[in-house]
Amino acid sequence: MQKNGKFAKIYLALVFVILYAPIAYLIFYSFNSGGKMSHFDSFTLEHYAAVFEDKRLIGIVLNTVIVALLSALISTAIGVLGAISIHYMRSKAMRNVMLSMNSILMVSPDVIIGASFLILFTLVGIKLGFASVLLSHIAFSIPIVVIMVLPKLQEMSPTLIDAALDLGATRKEIMSRVILPFIQPGIFAGFFLALTYSLDDFAVTFFVTGNGFSTLSVEIYSMARTGVTLTINALSGLIFVITAGLILGYYALKNRPKTPAAGVKR
Amino acid sequence: MKNNRAHSRLPLVPYSVWIVLFVIVPIGLIVYYSFFDLHGNFTLDNYKNFFTSVYLKLTVSSFWYAFLITFFSLLIAYPTAYFLTKLKHKQLWLLLIIIPSWINLLLKTYAFIGLMGLYGPINAVLEAFGIGKQQILFTDFSFVFVSVYIFIPFMILPIFNALDKLNPALIDASRDLGANAWTTFRRVIWPLTLNGVKSGVQVVFIPALSLFMITRLIAGNKVITLGTAIEQQFLVTQNWGMGSTIAVFLILFMVIILLLTTANERGMAGSAKKR
Repeated sequence: MQKNGKFAKIYLALVFVILYAPIAYLIFYSFNSGGKMSHFDSFTLEHYAAVFEDKRLIGIVLNTVIVALLSALISTAIGVLGAISIHYMRSKAMRNVMLSMNSILMVSPDVIIGASFLILFTLVGIKLGFASVLLSHIAFSIPIVVIMVLPKLQEMSPTLIDAALDLGATRKEIMSRVILPFIQPGIFAGFFLALTYSLDDFAVTFFVTGNGFSTLSVEIYSMARTGVTLTINALSGLIFVITAGLILGYYALKNRPKTPAAGVKR
Repeated sequence: MKNNRAHSRLPLVPYSVWIVLFVIVPIGLIVYYSFFDLHGNFTLDNYKNFFTSVYLKLTVSSFWYAFLITFFSLLIAYPTAYFLTKLKHKQLWLLLIIIPSWINLLLKTYAFIGLMGLYGPINAVLEAFGIGKQQILFTDFSFVFVSVYIFIPFMILPIFNALDKLNPALIDASRDLGANAWTTFRRVIWPLTLNGVKSGVQVVFIPALSLFMITRLIAGNKVITLGTAIEQQFLVTQNWGMGSTIAVFLILFMVIILLLTTANERGMAGSAKKR
């Protein structure tokens, strides 16, 4: 295959510059001793100190992380079960119905998910707040997990299960020692994607959050309309460093030389 | 052959419960509520209202913006994905494309308010070039630009995957048969990556129809999309009926777009299965 020419390199560089410009901008001004994002006075770390002193802000960040972790865990569990049952469904028609149902929430615009869940929670009498936010995050993460796990199941040769059965494995053993290890990469991918969606979600949360409960997105939205303090910049700097570190660490781990029987637990 | 002995129906339970509670019931509720007015009376007025000029204009402009956003996303994302697949550590570069999408959407949007503001760096550059300060924020341009920015990683990802799966021998073959670069692209690369493009269009166009925070923050309420209208009806006016009616139409549009963008793929899968 031919290599990228000069034009390609400039083009890619430009895309990267634009992709990172707003993040760099936020982080640059997080070191500004002046109070605004327009004029740089002098270097300071006071905004970073302010992040750790702001109990309310830390509470909101914790809320966001807790909701993301919990919803990703629960939706991964339900999604994996769902993917397995869809994959082994006998009736093809039924399988297609399940898949279409799955894709409905996947492609639904956030406002529709948010609005319909708002109606649902109000009717059922679930108080808007932590519970309603968690439930909706679980709900919109499940189809993502299913989509990530299904291809792995399709890749798995059915003879693996036959072999396990011939060797006397029970149903439980097949699940825990054959199927789950095999689809593990899909499960992890689903979990991380669910985490991403939850951390990033604004629209759905905005609809189903009450007065007492807030996630980072909702908080920034209400702040952005009145003017954000540089504390938020410092916070985004911290979040960026942590996420970039996690992702690059994950990449480094993933690209370690693999053992020959990777994926099958011995 | 699938071995049914190995599987019980038990795992199906939580998933089915989820489908009923969070897919079927909410959509049913939206449709149900669309028939009620502010005072809880059964009415068809919401539907009548939707076909007035206000809402029709809204729908048309919503589609126009979604089209623009999708078009520019594709225009920028396709070459990016193509060049990315040719890099040495392409998976790492792809990750670097994805990292910005892990930073909170609202934060990035907020950064653009600063970047594009009257005293922001973009205006400083314009001034240095002698063009002078421009009102960039609160215009159609800023709205489309920021939306494209937000959606680009989601467009790059499926196209990258499609390009990455492409067998390079096909391109060599096309070149050996005397096709130039453009013909190779048009007749070989593009058709074979069309499914990636379609899923990219899907994940950009439908959300773009319903953006509302970007319209509020960047377009300063000048751009109103179907999403903005739904949010307005539900959370500001508290007119759940009208909000639901707009939502019903948005769902209809969504189904149509899905049918348009997945029809071919399904046909291919179907013919493959017939063998």
